[in-house]
Amino acid sequence: MNDPIRESMLKKSKAAKRETFGKTISFLAIAVIVAVVAAIFYFVASKGISTFTQNGVNFWDFLTGSTWNPGSKGADGKPLVGALPMILGSFFVTILAAIIATPFAIAAAIFMTEVAGKKGTKILQPVIELLVGIPSVVYGFIGLSVVVPFVRSIFGGTGFGILAGTFVLFVMILPTVTSMTVDSLRSVPRHYREASYALAATRWQTIYKVILRSAMPGILTAIVFGMARAFGEALAVQMVIGNAFTVPNSLTTPASTLTSVLTMGMGNSVMGTLSNNALWSLALILLMMSLIFNLVIRWIGNKGGNTK
Amino acid sequence: MSPKRVDKIATGVIYAMAVIIVMILVALLAYILINGLPHVSWSFIVSPSRVFEAGGGIAAQLFNSFYLLVLSMIISIPLSILAGIFLSEYAPKNKLTDFVRTAIEILSSLPSVVVGLFGFLVFVIQFKIGFSIISGALSLTLFNLPLLTRNVEESLQSIHFTQREAGYALGLSRWETVTRVIIPEALPSLITGIILGAGRVFGEAAALIYTAGQSSPALNFSNWNPLYINSPLNPFRPAETLAVHIWKINGEGIIPDLNAVSTASSAILILAVLIFNLIARSWGRRLYKRLTGAN
Repeated sequence: MNDPIRESMLKKSKAAKRETFGKTISFLAIAVIVAVVAAIFYFVASKGISTFTQNGVNFWDFLTGSTWNPGSKGADGKPLVGALPMILGSFFVTILAAIIATPFAIAAAIFMTEVAGKKGTKILQPVIELLVGIPSVVYGFIGLSVVVPFVRSIFGGTGFGILAGTFVLFVMILPTVTSMTVDSLRSVPRHYREASYALAATRWQTIYKVILRSAMPGILTAIVFGMARAFGEALAVQMVIGNAFTVPNSLTTPASTLTSVLTMGMGNSVMGTLSNNALWSLALILLMMSLIFNLVIRWIGNKGGNTK
Repeated sequence: MSPKRVDKIATGVIYAMAVIIVMILVALLAYILINGLPHVSWSFIVSPSRVFEAGGGIAAQLFNSFYLLVLSMIISIPLSILAGIFLSEYAPKNKLTDFVRTAIEILSSLPSVVVGLFGFLVFVIQFKIGFSIISGALSLTLFNLPLLTRNVEESLQSIHFTQREAGYALGLSRWETVTRVIIPEALPSLITGIILGAGRVFGEAAALIYTAGQSSPALNFSNWNPLYINSPLNPFRPAETLAVHIWKINGEGIIPDLNAVSTASSAILILAVLIFNLIARSWGRRLYKRLTGAN
């Protein structure tokens, strides 16, 4: 028997079919992204640990060794792959850049939200957006042609080094830290300010004792975000750091960072050799650090949420 | 010191620091534009680059930058819109969704050099594509995907729930509501996000030096058949972009007019990003007015 009504009730409607189709392809898209993240971790990790599994380098020696010359062997017959110079270099530029950028970012954020109000936002917002938009190679180039000669003229030497890297990174992370700090200051409830003014506090007392304190978790998150960005920045730093594989003992002598060694070295080494594997181990450290920055941000977020 | 005095000093310091930030930007732009723009000419834009002598241009690099941008956008826009739709409309509130969001967050915070190295390992070496436009475009996609996806999700989330209910009340399925009702309304902010992403991709270099390569074979701009190696459209040729070019010539330091070429290229790069930003703003506003009838 052929009942058209029965048939149309039992069959999936066109809309339902489209719904299934849409749901499936949008699910596939998200699955692709998650698969990519897993693949990045898998590939970089499997390459990165081969220094320790295949080439038999001791992990602790790798982290604390201070000589980086993967092509040759040391007096004890072990390959010279000490990553300490780059690890220290990366941490130095990151922390110094954050130390300089933080007061500026907080001041700019206060300027935009508390002191100059809408007018301040109108001036500084486009400035911040433009600073974000300038490509990192342009920062590197300006660092190379302005900051490095400037450092050279004041401190002597070549001008390349951690100080030049710090200056370049400071400008690069400033907009990130500022705009996130602005968000956290804006989320401080209005009545906190009013309560403080009602107690006859001056504007600065209100900012310093009430607003900044209640926005502290957000500001810390902003700083860590900036540090994560500084730690992972490659080309701009590589152009001004000088690329010397020595443990940094001065801010104005050439040094190197994890990212600078990676950008310089990956093209000059053959896949599968120790010098290449050692580079992938540096990439793995970079990956792990990015993960750690993420965890710290989460941890701050949770803490901030609990105290409120 | 009286609190009032402290307040005045603090205000002064804050003003001074804000002025310093503005001055940094003005100095940066002035340095690049004043030194760079005099070297920008039509012949600089359309002539090929030179390795050993002065007077080279950036024709191939500029074309490569745009070609890579278009290719990576063709891949990443549909993927990110679909992924954003899933997160905003379909994803159930559970641990698995949280995990997916975390994965996207981690991908967006990865240093671009790590993304580039992954592209090098997988596309260039494992898939044996070599240094090529397609490897570069795929790597740029990975770099851009998480930020675009988040932008799509946020844009869709910002649409009021009554719009969805109106769609369901008309008997539309969820998918139809999203594609016919929600996306048109979210279009302005989607487009703003996409153009800002385009600006980011256009200036990116770290993800490209080991995927799209650092060399640019001579291009024949009259041969548009993608099967020829000297055709600009061939996706399997190595392609140095403008940003990579600036990095490379400064690292090598061979060409005599290094400073002129670098500042001029930087000026073009900055102007491009500036234009992307301006377009993003004005289009977003105009489209919103057009599509919603708001004034």
